[in-house]
Amino acid sequence: MTSTTTGAPVGVAPPGPTTPATPAAKSRRSGGHLGSYLLVRFLLIFPTIFILVTTVFVLMRATGDPITASLGGRLTHDQLQERIHEAGYDRPILVQYVEYLGNVFRGDFGTTISDNRPVTEVVLTYGTATLELAFYALLVALLVGIPLGRIAAARRDKGVDASLRISGILAYATPVFFAGILLKLIFSVWLGWLPVAGRASTDAQIEIQRNGSDTGIFLIDAISTGDPSVVLDVLEHAILPALALGLLTGGIFLRLVRTNVIGTLSTGYVEAARSRGVNERRLLRQHAWRPALVPIITVIGLQVALLLSGAVLTEKTFEWKGLGFQLVQYLLARDFVAVQGIVVLLAVVVALTNFIVDVIAALVDPRIRY
Amino acid sequence: MTALTPLDGPDVVHAEPAAPEHVALWKRLPVVRHVRTSVGLQRTMLVIGIVLMLIFVITAAFAPLLAPYGYAQLSSGDVNFGSQQPPSAENLLGTTVGGYDVLSRTIWGARPAFLVIVVAVVLSIFAGVALGLVSGYFGGWVDRVLVVIADALFAFPSLLLAIVVAIVISGGQSSMWGGVMAAAISLSVVMIPQYFRVVRAEVVRVKAEAFVESARVIGSGHLRIMGRHVLRNSTRTLPLILTLNCSEAVLTLAGLGFLGFGIEPTAAADWGYDLSKSLSDVTSGIWWTAVPPGVAIVLTVLGLTLVGESLNDLADPRLRRRRAAKAAAPLSPVTAVPGGVATDRVPGVESIDDLEGPTDLFDGPFDERSDR
Repeated sequence: MTSTTTGAPVGVAPPGPTTPATPAAKSRRSGGHLGSYLLVRFLLIFPTIFILVTTVFVLMRATGDPITASLGGRLTHDQLQERIHEAGYDRPILVQYVEYLGNVFRGDFGTTISDNRPVTEVVLTYGTATLELAFYALLVALLVGIPLGRIAAARRDKGVDASLRISGILAYATPVFFAGILLKLIFSVWLGWLPVAGRASTDAQIEIQRNGSDTGIFLIDAISTGDPSVVLDVLEHAILPALALGLLTGGIFLRLVRTNVIGTLSTGYVEAARSRGVNERRLLRQHAWRPALVPIITVIGLQVALLLSGAVLTEKTFEWKGLGFQLVQYLLARDFVAVQGIVVLLAVVVALTNFIVDVIAALVDPRIRY
Repeated sequence: MTALTPLDGPDVVHAEPAAPEHVALWKRLPVVRHVRTSVGLQRTMLVIGIVLMLIFVITAAFAPLLAPYGYAQLSSGDVNFGSQQPPSAENLLGTTVGGYDVLSRTIWGARPAFLVIVVAVVLSIFAGVALGLVSGYFGGWVDRVLVVIADALFAFPSLLLAIVVAIVISGGQSSMWGGVMAAAISLSVVMIPQYFRVVRAEVVRVKAEAFVESARVIGSGHLRIMGRHVLRNSTRTLPLILTLNCSEAVLTLAGLGFLGFGIEPTAAADWGYDLSKSLSDVTSGIWWTAVPPGVAIVLTVLGLTLVGESLNDLADPRLRRRRAAKAAAPLSPVTAVPGGVATDRVPGVESIDDLEGPTDLFDGPFDERSDR
């Protein structure tokens, strides 16, 4: 699992007697200072983003120009040509590309065609909702995945382990929207315990708006109204989406934690401690857990990409008006400028997260150097 | 099941260079060999996975015979099915909002899923293996650039990439082949980097081996060395990523369908599309439009994942060592799984220790590091 765990190019230099040609071997010779590693790792963000921006640009432009895509059929040919000319889509593709790169570099991701808003504004408005959802889901995933993964590793090959592993695999096999639909069916429709969809009931939303606090993160806004019923309402709406996305991600964490803890539990120093009579619980807690954390942190960081994909689907399932929900709306409206902008911005988010994860991994484990 | 073995043949043949022992060829094929070497829970999981996979393949192949109606059939004889009808004798699982028979569409839905898997895997295996081979073998700046690109694409949310590619290929909703190709190509964009990385890592390792050196000394050309010596020794982890990618393929197709990038209901049955249509049914308590296609997705992915997971565990010495030792003890050596323990000692299989696990998302580079 060389660089699969790292988002970044050969970032966490995988150890290497087996890979003499990778930078890993070099790094050991040069000593590998933390500072230079961080710098190189930071600089690597730029080619990563550049590649993603270019890929998306090329792909989107292969469909033709965005104006025809979104307005074609609604305007006459001449009107279309005029709009295309105004927006500059009739210039050579290379010129457009360079201009686009420049714009992205300055933080301008374009203006949506359908509702004429800057993409950055769209992302800021709806991004907070996605962030809130992702945060809840991550919380659920960590609370479920880590303890259960440790239990599975400790009770390895026993009944508990078997059932936990199977639940983990089931969690992976279930598409998040199907899990969402099932949860909705059971808890909202049949039992009537929780709301079906949305982020808050209309009343609560009105109260939040009247209060004026507008962070976009409903829980904070609700708390600042000081009304417990609003807070409860917001939380009730969050439970099912958070569970759907969180449990599925938690299944992945479970497997990850299990594999890595089993790995460290069977290493020489743990055997040595065991032979000295250290009891199993202490072995797990003190000897096996900490070293297992590094790959866990790295892969959990990688799941941000997965979480974002999952969030898009979860938002559609629960009409959670976040970035993913909005993305689907723009897709249906064939507003490809908006789609391109959102996708590229998300790519930037992913690239940055991966950088942060690699930095944390490097701080935790001094053996990781570029 | 014996009659069906050929079915999973093609899936499997390209995997392993023949090992130098005298076990019958079919017993040495991956999956078959894995069943033989596995024990206990592992074997149960693997067998369940294989059975689910076979059910899926059979359903896809014989959908016209198995399904009571066509995927776009609205009536039987002169009687219209009606919309959102609960399960009945005519429609065993009821009907959808559009008036289609749910059971039939669920069965037909195996087809596009199967096609997407095949097309996506074939595309990405060829491209990924070729790139990984050339890149790892020659090294240099091309190699570096390819690694950076592969990593960038790998880190990208695959569903978003798939959406972008789907727009390009089909411009949204489409015919069966349009939808299948859109999903398959977008998947291969995500999957090529995975094959690329795994093969490249193996190639880099293998090319330092003495036999490659010897081949070079006796004057073999690059092509021959690459094809005969390096490639054939670099494909061991492929079956494993392959099964995991297949499950990813099904999930992405379903995700695309759910977001409205699926296949038109009149062109083919698409589980994801049906689920997205069932979203509003669920609110009014209609379960039969949502549950069947959902369960179909889950079972398909489950089968593929169980197989992939088992292969992964069997290939991972950290996860296998103790179990093999344990299994050997309680079972009497004569009745022990035939070849179960013995095969472990076969040289070709044993060298798994240096698999260095670039296998899936779930294990870290830890085993090597902790050994230092």
